[in-house]
Amino acid sequence: MIDIQSVTKRYGGKAVVDSVSFAVPEGTIAVLVGTSGSGKTTLLRMINQLVSQDEGTILIGGEDTRNIPGHELRRRIGYAIQGHGLFPHRTVAENIATVPRLLKWDRTRINARVDELLDLFQLDPAAFADRYPHQLSGGQQQRVGVARALAAEPKILLMDEPFGALDPVLRGKAQDELLAIQKRFGTTIVVVTHDINEAFHLGDTIAVMDKGMLLQYGRPIDLLKAPATPFVEGLVGAFDRPFRLLALDTVAGLIEPGEAQGEPIEAVRTRQDALAALMWSGADALPVVSTDGKPLGRVRLQTLLRQAVRPQ
Amino acid sequence: MSLVRLAPRIILLLLVVGFLASPESFDFVFRPLVQANAPAIYNQGDLAALTLLHVRMVFIATLFATIIAVALAILVTRPFGAEFLPLARTVVNIGQTFPPVAVLALAVPAMGFGNGPTLVALFLYALLPIFENTMTALTTVPPNITDAAKGNGMTPIQIFRQIELPLSLPMIVGGIKISTVIGFGTATIGSTVAAKTLGEVIIAGLQSNNLAFILQGALLVAALAILVFDLLSMAERSLMKWKAA
Amino acid sequence: MHKGRGLEKTGVLMAALILVSTFLLPFIVVKPNRILEGQGQMLIDALPSVSSIALAAALVIVGLCLLLRLPASARLAIVTAALLAVILALGSAANAGLPPGNSYARVSPGSGFWLLLFALSLAFIDVIAKLKLSPTVRLMLLLIAIVAVGGIFASGILADISVMKEYANRADAFWAEMSRHAMLALGSMLVAFLIGLPLGVVCHRVSWLRAAALNMLNILQTIPSIALFGLLILPLGWMAAHIPGAAAIGISGIGTAPAFVALVLYSLLPVVANTVAGLENVPREANDAARGAGMTDLQRLFSIEFPLTFPSLLAAIRIVLIQNIGMATIAALIGGGGMGVFVFQGLGQSAMDLVLLGALPTVAMSFVAAIVLDALVDFSKAPGSEVRPA
Repeated sequence: MIDIQSVTKRYGGKAVVDSVSFAVPEGTIAVLVGTSGSGKTTLLRMINQLVSQDEGTILIGGEDTRNIPGHELRRRIGYAIQGHGLFPHRTVAENIATVPRLLKWDRTRINARVDELLDLFQLDPAAFADRYPHQLSGGQQQRVGVARALAAEPKILLMDEPFGALDPVLRGKAQDELLAIQKRFGTTIVVVTHDINEAFHLGDTIAVMDKGMLLQYGRPIDLLKAPATPFVEGLVGAFDRPFRLLALDTVAGLIEPGEAQGEPIEAVRTRQDALAALMWSGADALPVVSTDGKPLGRVRLQTLLRQAVRPQ
Repeated sequence: MSLVRLAPRIILLLLVVGFLASPESFDFVFRPLVQANAPAIYNQGDLAALTLLHVRMVFIATLFATIIAVALAILVTRPFGAEFLPLARTVVNIGQTFPPVAVLALAVPAMGFGNGPTLVALFLYALLPIFENTMTALTTVPPNITDAAKGNGMTPIQIFRQIELPLSLPMIVGGIKISTVIGFGTATIGSTVAAKTLGEVIIAGLQSNNLAFILQGALLVAALAILVFDLLSMAERSLMKWKAA
Repeated sequence: MHKGRGLEKTGVLMAALILVSTFLLPFIVVKPNRILEGQGQMLIDALPSVSSIALAAALVIVGLCLLLRLPASARLAIVTAALLAVILALGSAANAGLPPGNSYARVSPGSGFWLLLFALSLAFIDVIAKLKLSPTVRLMLLLIAIVAVGGIFASGILADISVMKEYANRADAFWAEMSRHAMLALGSMLVAFLIGLPLGVVCHRVSWLRAAALNMLNILQTIPSIALFGLLILPLGWMAAHIPGAAAIGISGIGTAPAFVALVLYSLLPVVANTVAGLENVPREANDAARGAGMTDLQRLFSIEFPLTFPSLLAAIRIVLIQNIGMATIAALIGGGGMGVFVFQGLGQSAMDLVLLGALPTVAMSFVAAIVLDALVDFSKAPGSEVRPA
C-alpha cells in the first residue's frame, strides 16, 4: 500500500532521513518510533509530500506520490498531528468537514458523515457539532482531530504523535479507540511516536529510527527476539518493565478458543513463561492445557503483548 | 453586548446628532464659557458639514491605507516577499516615531495647502499600525494550524483565505482602529494648512480666544473617535466570537 | 533563506529607487527667493560636468552592488560612502546653483535628493538590521552618526542650502526653541511618571479604580491635541489670577504652561497602563517568595515588583517620549514655543524651508530617542545586565 524506496532528505547537506526503505501492507498499522531528531516525523511528512524527498521514491497504491499534485494527494490521505491542529475559528462540525468540503461533497453527504464520525467518537452531535475547539476538553479535541483526518474516508491515515498531549489514562483509551476504528474501516495507518509502549500496543509493524537511519523494521516480536542493534535493544529494553508485570499473573485468564501447534503450556504458568515459550518457538500461538493435560484452548502472542503494554 | 453597556454609546451618538442638527439649542451649555457678547456656538461655518468632511477625510485616508498596508503585509509574509520582512519590521518601527505634525508639514511642500497634504499625512500615518498588526497577525498564526491545513490538502490560497486571513482579521481590525483614532486627532491639525476639518472650529477658538469654540471642536472630535473606536471594537469582538464563546 | 543565490530582492527595490531619483527627479530646486516656486535641476545638470557624471556613475554602481549578495560589512561601507557623497554633492550643487551676487535666490534639496536619501537610508537600515548589533554598538554608531552630522553642518558644506540660510538668520532662536522643545517633552514625561507611577500602583491594587482610571485616560487621549492645549488656557488662566503664587511659578493661561500640562495628561495613559501591566506580569511565585521571606508590602514593591516592572516602564518611556516630541510641536499654536514655532511660521509665510527647519530636527530628535530607548530596552532584557533608569 505504502512503499518507501531508498528515500533521503537533506537539510543543509545533513541527511535527516538517510536512504530509508520499507513497505506498509494494506490494512495494517506501522509505527515509526525513535528519539526526537531521529527523522521519523520528516519521513512521515514525506509520505503526504508535506516535505519532498531529495532522493528515492514513495509509492502509494503503486503510484509515485510526486506525480500527484501535493494538495490532491493530501486530500486522499488523513493527517492528524500532536496538539490536534484544529482550526480555532471553525466549529467542530466545520473542522471535521474540512476535507469533504475541499472535495466538494454535497451538503447532505457532509452532514451525514460529520454526524456519523461524531457518533463513532462518542461525541453527541447535538451537543458538540456547533462548539468551538477551545470549548472542548483535551481528549475531545484529540478525537475531533482524528475524526477530521478520517472524514473523507481515506485509505491511508498518517498520525504524528496523535496522543502526545493526553494523560496516560486518556492515551490508553484513545489507542484502543484507534485500533477499533482501524479494524472497522481497514485503514492503513502510519503513526509516529517516541513512546515504545505505544508502538508495541498499536503496531502490526514497528520501524525504529535513529539519526535519520532505519535501524530495524519488523513485527514487534522480531524486535524483541532479534534486536538489530544495541540502540534497538536499549529501546525495547524500555519495554521490559511492563513485561515483568506478565510474571505476576497466569495464562488462565487469557485463554482463547481455537487450536494451535507446538508444545502445550499449562494454564497455571505465568504469562511471562508463556511469552518466553512463544518467542523461543517462533509461533504466533500455543495450545494451553490444564495441569492434568486437558486442552483448554490457546494463547496468542498478540494478546500477551497487548497485556504487557496495557495490563488490566 | 448588553444594553446597559451600549446605553452610554447610544446617548453619546444621540447627543452628537442632536448637537449637529441644532447647535443653537445647546447655547446654554457653552454660554458660561464666553465673554458677554461673544458667540457661544461656532458661527463661521456649518458644524454638521465640517463634521462630515472630517469623517470623510479620515475614512478615505484609512480606507486607502488599509488596502495598501494589508496588501503589503500579505506580500512580505508570503515566501516570495520573505526577504522584505526584516526590513519591513525595521521601517515600521522607525516610521512610527515620525511625528504626525512633521508628516503634515513635510507633505505641504510637495502638495501645497488644502485637503491634499492632510489626506496624504493621514494616509501615511495610518499605514504603519495597520501594516504592523496585519504582519504580526499573519506571522503568528500557530504553525501547527497551518500545518494541519496543508496536511488536509488545502492549497496555499485556500490556507490563506480559509485559515490565515480569518484568524488575522481581528488584529487587522485592531490596527484599523488605532489608525482611525489617531486619524481623527491628526486631521484637526490639518486645518493649520487649510484643510476642511473640525480643526477649523478649534483654531477659530484659539484665534478669537473663544473657549466655547475650542470645546465644541474638541468634544465633537473626541465623540467621533470614541464612537468609531466602539464600532470597530464591536466588529473585532464579533470576528473573535470563536474565542469568546 | 536562499543564502548566496540569485539577487537580493530588497536590493532590487533600493536600486530602482536610486536609479529613478538619480536620473528622473530634480536633485535641487533653484528658487528666485525663499517663497516663490523654483526650477528643478537633475543631478547631471546640477554639478560641474565631470563630477556629476562621476557621481551618477558611482550611484549606478552602488545600485548594482545592492543587488548582489555582498557581505553585510561591505554593504555598510558602500552605503555609508554613498550617503556622504550625496550630502557633499548637495552642498556643492547648492553652491554652484546660486546665481552670483543674488542674495535672494535659494537652493533647496529636490525630490530626487530626498528619494535618494530615503533609498540609501533604507539600505543602511537594512544592513544594520541584518547585522543584529548589540545595543552598545548601536549606541556607539548613533554617537558617531551624531558627530558626523554635526561635523557636516559645522563645516559649512551645506551652508548654501536654503534650510541652512533660514537657520543662519535665526540661529539663536533655533537653539532656544530646541531646548524649550526638549524641556517640554522631557519635563512633562518626568511629571507624568511622578503622578502616573503611584497612580499605577494604586490601580494595580484597587481593581475598581483601575477600570475607571484607564477608561478616563483613554478618553482623554481621543481629545485632539490642539484642542486640549486650548482647553487648558482657561483653567490655568483662572489659577494664575486667583491662586496666590501660581503666576510666580510660571502658571499662566497661554504659553508653555497649558502645553506642559496637556503633554502630562497625554503621557499618563501609557505610564499608568504600563505600570499596571508590568505589575500584573510579576510572577506570583516571586511575590509569594518575597512574602515568605518576611518582606513588608513596601519592601516587596521596591525590591521585587519595581525591578521586575522595569522593562515595562522603559517601554512606557519610549512611547511617552516619542509621543511628546511630536506633540510638543503643536505647543507653538498657543504660544508654547518649541520647534513648532518654525513649522507654523513657515506654513504661515508659505516658506517651506522654514517648515523644514522646524520639522527635520523634530524628526531627528524622535529617531535619536527611539534608538537610545530601544538600546536600553535591549539592555534591560539581556540576562545579567544592569541598567539604571536615566
